[in-house]
Amino acid sequence: MTATLENTSATTSGARSEMGEVPSFQVTLRVQRYLPPDDAAPAEQEVGGDAPGDARWDEFTLTMYGTDRVLDALHKVKWEHDGSLTFRRSCAHGVCGSDAMRINGRNRLACKTLLKDLDLSKPIVVEPIKGLPVLKDLVVDMEPFFASYREIMPFLVTSGQEPTKERLQSSEQRARFDDTTKCILCAACTTSCPVFWTDGQYFGPAAIVNAHRFIFDSRDEGGAQRLEILNDKEGVWRCRTTFNCTDACPRGIEVTKAIQEVKRAMITRAF
Amino acid sequence: MQTHQYDVLIVGAGGAGMRAALESSVRTRTAVITKLYPTRSHTGAAQGGMCAALANVEEDNWEWHTFDTVKGGDYLVDQDAAEVMAKEAIDAVLDLEKMGLPFNRTPEGRIDQRRFGGHTRNHGEAAVRRSCYAADRTGHMILQTLYQQCVKNDVDFFNEFYVLDLLVDHDLAGHAVPDGEEVSVAGVVAYELATGEIHVFRAKSVVLATGGAGRIYKTTSNAHTLTGDGMALAYRRGIPLEDMEFFQFHPTGLAGLGILLSEAARGEGAILRNSEGERFMERYAPTIKDLAPRDIVARSMANEVREGRGAGPNKDYVLLDLTHLEPAHIDAKLPDITEFARTYLGIEPYTEPVPVYPTAHYAMGGVPTNIAGEVLRNETDVIRGLYAAGEVACVSVHGSNRLGTNSLLDINVFGKRAGISAAEYAVGAPWVELPEGPAGLVQAELEDIRTRPDGERVGDLRKALQDTMDANAQVFRTKESLEQALADLRGLRKRFASVSVQDKSRAFNTDLLEAVELGFLLDISETVLVGALNRDESRGGHFREDFPHRDDAQYMRHTMVYRRPLTVPVEDAGGDRDGVFSGSTDFDDYRVVLGSKPVTMTRYQPMERKY
Repeated sequence: MTATLENTSATTSGARSEMGEVPSFQVTLRVQRYLPPDDAAPAEQEVGGDAPGDARWDEFTLTMYGTDRVLDALHKVKWEHDGSLTFRRSCAHGVCGSDAMRINGRNRLACKTLLKDLDLSKPIVVEPIKGLPVLKDLVVDMEPFFASYREIMPFLVTSGQEPTKERLQSSEQRARFDDTTKCILCAACTTSCPVFWTDGQYFGPAAIVNAHRFIFDSRDEGGAQRLEILNDKEGVWRCRTTFNCTDACPRGIEVTKAIQEVKRAMITRAF
Repeated sequence: MQTHQYDVLIVGAGGAGMRAALESSVRTRTAVITKLYPTRSHTGAAQGGMCAALANVEEDNWEWHTFDTVKGGDYLVDQDAAEVMAKEAIDAVLDLEKMGLPFNRTPEGRIDQRRFGGHTRNHGEAAVRRSCYAADRTGHMILQTLYQQCVKNDVDFFNEFYVLDLLVDHDLAGHAVPDGEEVSVAGVVAYELATGEIHVFRAKSVVLATGGAGRIYKTTSNAHTLTGDGMALAYRRGIPLEDMEFFQFHPTGLAGLGILLSEAARGEGAILRNSEGERFMERYAPTIKDLAPRDIVARSMANEVREGRGAGPNKDYVLLDLTHLEPAHIDAKLPDITEFARTYLGIEPYTEPVPVYPTAHYAMGGVPTNIAGEVLRNETDVIRGLYAAGEVACVSVHGSNRLGTNSLLDINVFGKRAGISAAEYAVGAPWVELPEGPAGLVQAELEDIRTRPDGERVGDLRKALQDTMDANAQVFRTKESLEQALADLRGLRKRFASVSVQDKSRAFNTDLLEAVELGFLLDISETVLVGALNRDESRGGHFREDFPHRDDAQYMRHTMVYRRPLTVPVEDAGGDRDGVFSGSTDFDDYRVVLGSKPVTMTRYQPMERKY
């Protein structure tokens, strides 16, 4: 289906009126669509993260404005033209992690990707993130992703009596794991990883990032257990340092570096 | 249709819901139903901090915190509740630290604290450092930490389940139930997004923790999913909503976008300036200037723009100036919000001031509760087994204007209390019979919308609603503007009756859910407008240009609005019999009846509010 949609009377963002003259431009979205055959069952993506066999592509040509993001374009389609286009979103400013998707071949959050930063001479290609079963259009099954997260003991482990007041921690100790506390579990990193695409059992970058967050927290005593979990054959050693994850992270976390630090801790820490 | 049975059911997995779940799940069989994955909840968007009088960096005590909260709320705060919150704040922060929350630290390794709007030493002398924080992502850290603890404790979640109905053994919205008669909760009806299947959850206790309703407005800091679900569910079942006319507009939303820039920016020294470069808050709040409470700052900003001193090509915003702060300081304390300015407006906050304008942020009102989290169905009677906490609730600790950081505190203190109360009640309580065909009504309504061949578009109606709410019920209000909004709302209600969706499938029908959410938004807007029209005074977040002063003699009471059938005479509908909180507004199928509830005052008598 190719629909040409020109509607200048309404937009999803009121920014242009507030910010003075903001240029409008034409955008073509090319979106992968998929509806499960029996309207409920998830579709296994083929190895390599290809689209489900009966996916199709829809194109929408839209008039958009200066500060609009890919999410605004998706909303414009959904709210004004095709209500059946399905995707997840919530906060719309890059902190909730709902709308990770593959935009022009790169994993990004739709709400943090400004249209003006993309090459608008060609259609913007929007697909679901790869390596997780597609449920409908841009929605994937997140359960395998969260299952890996839960396995690495993503919580503070301590022993002995609780202190009356707070545990002390120096600013330097706090800074040691700051980067990995920023994770919003959007799965952009894990689903950009070629190892994860071919081996769905691999823990994936996000789980390792969240292990790192505790392994390097001076208050935590569960590091040895986490390192043992990640020393598994599906653990950190599967990482081939392709840096896709670092490029994909919408929070700017140095994901590959964190994975390397976990690997190093395995070698240097006795457990 | 599937049926489940739990002792305690928590609706919503933001801060309040998960804090409740941590208490309840160790006491009795508990499940959490959430329309999003828990880590997507909007608690994660909170930035600046959580106040508690730890006195880690300077002298402070909970009594000062209580006073600030009461004064900040323009004295419409229930003082017993504010005292509970300020006292329990200290343990709430320490609990989070023990759960692993990575607070910023002082040189001694203690939890660091910083200044925040309206928080002062010794009853208003000067700003005090009371806010405990983790950079400008405190809410993110709270949400993550609570979810981590839920993983640790193996809490049961039903993710991407939407609650469509609250089951109660008396239909309060259908007929008059005398005061004092026992009313109990029986469970909820929910919709599984992945499959479209209906689930009935039977429970002895239900905790509403569904958050706010910012999406009644166009310009808002709130997530798309904050559609007042829990408030509307209660309201439809005849439970009153309290103080809904008080909505907070956060001063510093990114102009035109509404994305929040934390008050922590001003806490760290940023200054608001008009087009002339003037630090205009010196005129409006000479003592604490840019750190005055949000209602005052938001009104001051709107006033600067109205008087022609707005910045930008259309002179329709003011500027948040961080350029005098060290870049290293900004990076350490405000990394996320400065990135928002760069990403969304292309502004470099190190060197350029950031365009800002008030953005709809927080509902002070909500489902009325007492300090145990029990939901009230009138001035005094509780509904057995029904609890509420967080933004969906009105305890009321925020009165007519919430202080910054007190929301993260509210969810922790009252989330915990509600979780404990719900579990303790459920352990001893009998099961309540589910009503006959519990899911029938909502299932029919849902199928009706899903299968209606053609009709009004959800997007069009929602936009019209948000436009009129922004234009007529925002920072400045008048009788005329509110009546205009109410007239628009009546028109939209009629159109909503023929709403249809294009997605006719069952799996992941977000089109259908947006229609359901729009229905909630219409209900919430109705309560805001009816309350605002009745309150002929200005107090906190509710400013009436035609009544610019606070009127304690008549209006020092909480508003209660009840939805009742047209067949119930107004005098039997549970509202006030006389006075300024009596009367009703009729709609096509029901009537909205006004009532009130006294404000609890313990230590502080109302004074003029100056900063």
